[in-house]
Amino acid sequence: MNAPFKQHVIDPEICIRCYTCEMTCPEQAIEHNDDNVVVDASKCNFCMDCIPVCPTGSIDEWRVVGSKDEAYSLEDQYSWEELPEQGEVVVSETSAKGGAQTDEIDPVAVLLAEAQKGAGGKAKAPATAAKPTINLYNLGNPVEAVVQGNYRITSESSDADTRHIILEFQGKPFPVLEGQSVGIIAPGTDAQGKAHLPRLYSVSSPRDGERAGYHNVSLTVKREEGGVCSNYLCDLEKGAKINVTGPFGATFLLPSDPDARLLMICTGTGAAPMRAFTMARQRAVGEKSGGMVMFFGARTPDSLPYFGPLNKVPSDLLQKHLVYSRLPDQPKEYVQDRMLVEQDLVAEMLQDPSTYIYICGMKEMEDGVERAFTNIAESMGEQWTALSDVMREDGRFHVETY
Amino acid sequence: MSAPLDVSYDTKIPNNVGLSSDRKVLKALEKWHPGYIDWWNKLIPQNFQESMVYLRTAVSVDPKGWAKFDYVKMPDYRWGVLLAPQVEDRVIPMGEHKGEKAWQEVPGEYRNMLKRLIVIQGDTEPGSVEQQRFLGLTAPSLYDMRNLFQVNVEEGRHLWAMVYLLQKYFGKDGREEADDLLVRSSGSEEAPRMLGAFNEETPDWLSFFMFTYFTDRDGKMQLESLAQSGFDPLSRTCRFMLTEEAHHMFVGETGVGRTIQATVEAMNKAGITDPYDIGKIRDLGVIDLPTIQKKLNLHYSLSLDLFGQEVSTNAANAFNHGIKGRYMEMRIDDDHQLQNDTYVVRSVVDGKIVAQEVPALTAINMRLRDDYIRDASGGIGRWNKLIAKAGVEFALALPHEAFHRQIGVFAPINTDPAGDIISNEEWEKRAGDWLPTLADGDYITSLMVPCYEAGKYASWIAPPKVGIDNKPGDFEYVKLHMA
Repeated sequence: MNAPFKQHVIDPEICIRCYTCEMTCPEQAIEHNDDNVVVDASKCNFCMDCIPVCPTGSIDEWRVVGSKDEAYSLEDQYSWEELPEQGEVVVSETSAKGGAQTDEIDPVAVLLAEAQKGAGGKAKAPATAAKPTINLYNLGNPVEAVVQGNYRITSESSDADTRHIILEFQGKPFPVLEGQSVGIIAPGTDAQGKAHLPRLYSVSSPRDGERAGYHNVSLTVKREEGGVCSNYLCDLEKGAKINVTGPFGATFLLPSDPDARLLMICTGTGAAPMRAFTMARQRAVGEKSGGMVMFFGARTPDSLPYFGPLNKVPSDLLQKHLVYSRLPDQPKEYVQDRMLVEQDLVAEMLQDPSTYIYICGMKEMEDGVERAFTNIAESMGEQWTALSDVMREDGRFHVETY
Repeated sequence: MSAPLDVSYDTKIPNNVGLSSDRKVLKALEKWHPGYIDWWNKLIPQNFQESMVYLRTAVSVDPKGWAKFDYVKMPDYRWGVLLAPQVEDRVIPMGEHKGEKAWQEVPGEYRNMLKRLIVIQGDTEPGSVEQQRFLGLTAPSLYDMRNLFQVNVEEGRHLWAMVYLLQKYFGKDGREEADDLLVRSSGSEEAPRMLGAFNEETPDWLSFFMFTYFTDRDGKMQLESLAQSGFDPLSRTCRFMLTEEAHHMFVGETGVGRTIQATVEAMNKAGITDPYDIGKIRDLGVIDLPTIQKKLNLHYSLSLDLFGQEVSTNAANAFNHGIKGRYMEMRIDDDHQLQNDTYVVRSVVDGKIVAQEVPALTAINMRLRDDYIRDASGGIGRWNKLIAKAGVEFALALPHEAFHRQIGVFAPINTDPAGDIISNEEWEKRAGDWLPTLADGDYITSLMVPCYEAGKYASWIAPPKVGIDNKPGDFEYVKLHMA
C-alpha cells in the first residue's frame, strides 16, 4: 500500500536524553545511542504513552512521509543534528482514501465535529486553558461509574424532565475539565442488532468535582421521547453502575486566567458547561466579581434547569439574563432578543480582547444568535464574520450545539 | 493485591498504595503531615506560597495520567505517595539472591542497611529545597520561577515517598527517622543535612541550573540503582520518582544552555569574538563562557564526591545482598553477581594516577560514577553545539575526575582540570582560574535581578525554545500574589 504515513520523531535539539520515553514505551519502539533518541517506525503503534512523560516537549514531533516504506530509518535519525523540514507529500486521490490514518472513523470525533460546526471554522482552545486529557477511556476500555444521585431539576409541573446525575468513578482517575464531554453507551442493541452509538454529554461539574475535592462528575440530561440513551440515564437509580468513555473535547474550555470575561449563551441542557464554568470560577475567585454574563433561554421558569440554585449565584459573579419563550400572557422572548436589548453590554464585551464567548444548546438557536451578533457588530462598525474569525483563532469563540 | 495505577483521593494524602485501608500507616503519615506543611510554609517566602503556579501533578502513575497541568498554590499541591505499578512475579535482579522472588517486606538481616539507604536518599530531597528557598526572589522569568517551584514540590514529594517507606516498613525507628528528616536542615550548624553537597548554598540561578544538571543527576543515578532493589516497594517508589527526576534534568540542561545562548548572542551582537574578553562581555549583562566553565568545574567535582569511596565494601554488600543494583542493571550483559569479575578503577600510586583492576563487587560505586560521567558528558556536547552554531571558538569540558575532590582516592592530591598532579602552592595560585572566585560570584549575583513580566527574561538568559505544556511564549506561568 502506498499511503502517506505519519511518522513519530524526536527533536534532537530539544531532547535532553533522559530516556524516560524509552523506559515508558510498551512496544520498545524507542532506543538511543550516544547521539540521539530515536523511534522505530515499524514498532511505534501511536499509543502516545511517551508524550506526557517527556519533560521537554521534544517527543511530540511528527513528519508525514510518502509511505511507511519511506519512513526515516533509525540510522537517519541517529545522524540528525536537527529535525528535517517537513517535505511536500504528494498524495494521490486513491492512496489518500486508503490511507492508514482514515481507516477507522471515530464516532466520537464525528459527533464533536458536528456539534462544533456552528463556530464556522476550526475551533481552538483558549491559550490559558489547562491541557485537557482526552480519550482516556474508549469503547474498548470504558470506565465504570457509580450513580451517586439522580435528581429532577425541573419542577414536577413542567413537562420537561431534566435530570442532574452525579457519577463517581470509584477512585479511578477521570481528569475532566469544564466544557469537556463524556460518552455514554446505552446497553443493548438497536433494531438492526447493532450496539448503540455513544451519546455525548457535557459535564456540568467543575474539574475538582461536583463536591470539591471528590472528583465526581455531574451531567445534565433531558429525557427525550424515544431517546434510548436519555431515558436510560434518566431512569438510573442511585448505586447503578454504568460505562463511561472520555473525556472528550479539547477546545470548548475555560481559560485559566481569572481576569478573562465569559459571555455564555445557552438554552436548555446547554447550560451544563456554563454551570461548570460558573462553579469553577466561583471556587477560584470566591465572591469576587467573576466577569461572567449569561443569556439562558427556556420555555418557562419551571422548565429551566437549575432555576433555583442559579438564582442564588450572586450577580456580581454572574450577571444572569433568564429568558422565556412560553410565558402565558407574554410575548415570546429568545436569547437573541435579550442580547439585542443588552446590546451595549454585548458590544462592550465584543471589543474587549479578554472576552470569551460560549454558545451551547439546541441547533435552532444558532441562527438567531448569529443574527444578533451580526447586528451588534454592525452597530460597532465591525463585521461579525471577521470578528468571530479573529476570536475563534484566538481561542475565544466556542460553539457546541446539537 | 490488585495493581493500583490510579491515585486515590479518599484520604487526605493522595496515594495508590491503599492507604485508606492501612489505618496504622495512614495515622502515622497524618501525624507527620502537619510537620511537613509547617516545614514548607516556613521555608518558602510567603508571597510565593500565595501565588498561583502552573504545576504538573500526577492523577495516575499510568503514563497517560501523570502529567496534568493546572494552576495551584504550592501549599495546596497534592503531595502524595505514588508507586510505579507492581511488576508481577518480579525477581531480584542481582547479587546472591538473584532470581529469588522480590521482597514485599523488609528482610530482617538487611533492615539496617536498607533503612540507612532510604534515610540518606530521603535527606537529600528536603535539603535541596532548603538550598533553593530564596531563588524565587531573583527569578529571571516567570517561566524559570515555575520550573524552580516544580522542582521544589517534586523534591517535597520525593521526601514523602521515602517517609512512606520508613513509616510503613520500619516501625518505631522508621517513624523517628521520618521526624528527623524535618529536623535536619541544609547548612545548619547543629543538624546539617547528611551529604556535603546538600549543605552548600545555591546562591544564584546559574548555580541552581548547574546543581540540577550535575547534582540531581547523581540523584537520578542513585534512584536508578535503587530502582533495581530486591525490596520491591523501594524499587517501585524509585521508578516513579525517576519520571519526575527527568524534569529536573531538563531544568538544568536547558537552564545552562539558555545562559550560554544569551552569552553568545550578546557577543555576536556586540561583535566580540574573543570569549576571554571577559570585561567587555560582562558589560553586556551576560555571563562569560570561562566563568560558566568554572561553575561547571565546581558543581561537577562536588557531585562526583557524592558517589563515595571508589572501592567500598558497603557498596559491595548492598549489591551482593540485592539491595542496590547498577545503572540499567537489566540491560547489562553479565551474570549480575560479579563474584569473579574485575573492574578498572583509577587510583593514586606513588604520586601517579594509575588504572587498577579490582574485584568488580567492590567497585560498584565506581561503576555508577563512570555511568554518571558518561550520562553527564552528553549535555556538554549539546551546549558546545550552541556555542559552535553561534560561531564562537570555545568549548566547555568536564574536568578530570581527580580535579578538586574531597572524597575518595583523589582527595589527598591536587590536580589541574586535565588531571595532571600539581603541588599545593601551584593549586593555591591557580585555583581561581579554575573555580569561581568571590569576584565571579559577586558579578553573577549582580545579574540576579527578578524579571516578573510574562514572556520577558533577564538579560543573561535566553527564552526557552518550547514552553512548558506547549504554552505560548507570553504565558503567565506564575500568577504572582502581590501582598
